[in-house]
Amino acid sequence: MDSYIDIKVRVWRQAGPKAQGHFETYELKHVFQGASFLEMIDILNEQLISEHKDPIAFDHDCREGICGMCSMYVNGHPHGPDSAITTCQLHMRKFHDGETITVEPWRSRAFPVIKDLMVDRQAYDKIMQAGGFVSVNTGGVPDANAIPIPKPIADEAMDAASCIGCGACAAACKNGSAMLFVAAKVSQLNLLPQGKAEKHQRAKAMLQKMDELGFGNCTNTGACAAECPKQVSLTHIARLNRDFIGAKFCD
Amino acid sequence: MWLKDSSIGRKLVMSITGTFLVLFLLFHGTMNLCLVIDDIFGTTAYNWICSMLGANWYAIIGTLIIALAVVVHFAYAIVLTIQNRRARGNDRYAVEARQEGVDWASKNMLALGIIVLGFIVLHLYNFWFKMQFAELTGIHTSMFDPHDGSTIVKALFTDGWCGIVYCLLYIVWLCALWFHLSHGVWSALQTMGLSNTKWLARIKVIGTVVATLTVGLFMVVILYFLGVNIGQMCA
Ligand code: HEM
Ligand code: SF4
Ligand code: FES
Repeated sequence: MDSYIDIKVRVWRQAGPKAQGHFETYELKHVFQGASFLEMIDILNEQLISEHKDPIAFDHDCREGICGMCSMYVNGHPHGPDSAITTCQLHMRKFHDGETITVEPWRSRAFPVIKDLMVDRQAYDKIMQAGGFVSVNTGGVPDANAIPIPKPIADEAMDAASCIGCGACAAACKNGSAMLFVAAKVSQLNLLPQGKAEKHQRAKAMLQKMDELGFGNCTNTGACAAECPKQVSLTHIARLNRDFIGAKFCD
Repeated sequence: MWLKDSSIGRKLVMSITGTFLVLFLLFHGTMNLCLVIDDIFGTTAYNWICSMLGANWYAIIGTLIIALAVVVHFAYAIVLTIQNRRARGNDRYAVEARQEGVDWASKNMLALGIIVLGFIVLHLYNFWFKMQFAELTGIHTSMFDPHDGSTIVKALFTDGWCGIVYCLLYIVWLCALWFHLSHGVWSALQTMGLSNTKWLARIKVIGTVVATLTVGLFMVVILYFLGVNIGQMCA
């Protein structure tokens, strides 16, 4: 049964990208366990505003697990201790009365902090722009069902496409590598007939962009897949490796 | 050059040199089993193999290739680790929890590798220096005949307390190697792209089996000599 709990929230406060950050601990009383984690932060911000303090800056948008904005490292896990969910899907019933909850921003060199818990994730957009699309000629829209695609392949592509670009993979990675994200975005297109035509080009361009932006080398540690809110599998990384190595041998 | 300039290229070099070293160790470990067989049955198989691997041109080329693989593997390991630390950035998490399914070895590959390398140096001094090196240069590096590898090995491991210490050191080495390979082997296959939804679980099993087999071959010999030594000391 959900009840009310008193908690302490230890949050990373950082005034701006260049400022020195620090932890600040706030007491929050009478929090309903049915509240989502972001609602708890909202309540905390109301409290801060009423005390004439600066509210905590954090990213959020859909609050239903599809936009990937709610980047928070909660008690040592991206998106908190529960598995296969985003922070907005995390509920206060995962915490107990009297608990101190530590909330940090993503920490990775390619994701610099903008303010408090907000980080700059444009690096992922840049990787998408490098090759995360299918080039099409203008003209009439072809019928979607004109190209038959076997179900297992469609499923695999769909699993890859479930990636919401949240950045938890790079945030959790001890190597600061974005391989799971890049692998998902390459796979979702490379698996399908529409994307296959450019598969070598795509694998090379997106990987090159990832390396250029300062992400690390993947060592198959697997923290990314363990923390991914969409449970994107490490096997996509193997496909990216295959497509990339294949592309290099075809050069 | 993509083997140097791209992250997957660098990883491919790690995986190919690593796999090559594993294959070498499988051969080396199998050959070592002859030591035990010789000791039990009074045969001379080990020295016969050694005689083929002494100062012959193909043995020298083989040794150079293995040395090159170790150097490249090590150099890339250092570069990769430095790049990865830089990518991680200087800001560390205050709270870092363990993730389920992330094995300890995978986070400590460099440290494990350095332990392995340290013992490789000791091992070269213990045996290679007294065997192939002595044969090549004609310098007397020990009181033994460089062609009699079997006696050299046995002497080291069955030399009373000193032998016990050496056995324990080699066991530590083998444990570090096991952990390195418990992640390394499947990681190498994954890096080469040899994994999919069906095979991911399988290559992890293959990794554990190969790691255990590789280390097991050496372990049998060490444990055998440890037993012989303790037997002699008690007698
Ligand atoms: C005989 C000795 C060795 C063998 C058989 C061996 C084998 C391997 C294998 C198979 C891999 C996996 C490659 C991959 O993930 O793609 C690997 C990775 C690695 N090795 Fe070694 N290695 C040995 C010695 C060393 C040494 C001396 C070092 C350095 C200090 C080292 C450091 C590393 C590192 C840092 C990795 C990368 C970690 C990773 O990919 O997860 N290894 N090794
Ligand atoms: S792969 Fe998973 S963790 Fe990485 S960005 Fe996509 S959804 Fe987030
Ligand atoms: S706010 Fe959109 S996924 Fe959490």
